[in-house]
Amino acid sequence: MTQGPAADRGPLFFRDRDWHPPAYTPGYKTSMTRAPFRPLVAMGSTLSEETGPAFGQSMIGRLDNNLILNFTGQPAIGERIIMHGRVLDETGRGVPGVLVEIWQANAGGRYRHRKDGYAAPLDPNFGGCGRTLTAQDGSYEFLTVRPGAYPWPNRVNDWRPMHIHVSVFGSGFAQRLITQMYFEADPLIARCPIVNTIGTAKAIESLVAPLDMNRAIPMDCLAYKFDIVLRGRRQSVFENRPEGM
Amino acid sequence: MQRLDYLKETPSQTAGPYVHIGLTPNKLGNAGIYPQDLGESPIGPGALGDHITITGTVQDGAGMILRDALIESWQADAAGIYPGNDPRGPADPAVTGWARIIADFDSGEWTLRTVKPGRVPYPDGRLMAPHVALWIVARGINLGLQTRIYFEDEDNDSCPVLARIEPRERLRTLIARRTGPGAYRFDIRLQGADETVFFDM
Repeated sequence: MTQGPAADRGPLFFRDRDWHPPAYTPGYKTSMTRAPFRPLVAMGSTLSEETGPAFGQSMIGRLDNNLILNFTGQPAIGERIIMHGRVLDETGRGVPGVLVEIWQANAGGRYRHRKDGYAAPLDPNFGGCGRTLTAQDGSYEFLTVRPGAYPWPNRVNDWRPMHIHVSVFGSGFAQRLITQMYFEADPLIARCPIVNTIGTAKAIESLVAPLDMNRAIPMDCLAYKFDIVLRGRRQSVFENRPEGM
Repeated sequence: MQRLDYLKETPSQTAGPYVHIGLTPNKLGNAGIYPQDLGESPIGPGALGDHITITGTVQDGAGMILRDALIESWQADAAGIYPGNDPRGPADPAVTGWARIIADFDSGEWTLRTVKPGRVPYPDGRLMAPHVALWIVARGINLGLQTRIYFEDEDNDSCPVLARIEPRERLRTLIARRTGPGAYRFDIRLQGADETVFFDM
């Protein structure tokens, strides 16, 4: 990692569990048997949560963040978009060198997965995943196609809004986060039981990427901006730690 | 009054049933995008310490074994140093400490081959018993679950984290059972009578 030593050390901010979705959300039926019922054991972070894996530029391939070309080299079908933004922490600092991985359905709403049998066909040139490392200012960028909406077994006629799954590492293992990016003005967002596992409208809005015409490329692709915020770290000279730690 | 201008953490959403497309495409059969999946092993050749294998499952509240669970593990080297940003210095260069493990698509069983980690200090300087930190995601899990694997053949009595577990009988849900030389069993139960202890740390 290239950041200064102080930036990636220190206890993590406590997670606001009222902002995240709770574990047990009956509107999303699968959560009912997979949600722990006992209270979580809550305590401050330790070295095991404050340290975490680091990833180097050497493992990232040239086309890894280009989902239009990274499967076969021939272009995937669909509405071409740039997905871009910054990874920040709760103090507003851009977080450099963090691994961002995404996966998604193709333009018809079909996933390249053994468990997906939706009627929309696979695109022979679309694999559906990408990855990149954030730059010094925390910025990242992908080129992809806009994924289609698709039906899923929950209530009789539930459809997922268009979305891209996003996985992010911080510098500490307990900053680890998976979320989903939605698209501005999609009418399926408000109807989605998975979106609505989140309790507050403000938190839901923070997952909706606005159209960003400043980053769209004329005659080529549109752009959507999605910033991602990781848990912050407490920095204090009064931190009560033994000498040498 | 001044405004307290912290940002809010991005809210979590479930990893869903298709998490393998993004995180382990080669194991899914979607070869050709990445040369290999990340986190194949937390250790490289020549890693120091006791080499161990931990096997387990993830079960839901109805007793069903999950076939779609993805687990990541993070641990110190055999001397108790974390790779990367441990303020105490460099770890064994043959230990990356991190693995990405998936439940077998048919049996649901998962396996972690690693070295047993050493003791790591708690913030007040006391030592925590050897443990591997886990983060578990799957369809139906709205926010990744944090837990730890401890080992039944270690001294767990003085661990300041384990001391916080109440009622005490739940402690056994965090302790891997030794099933043979260098072999351990660790089954995770998401819900129900033997529900695993999960942390908010």
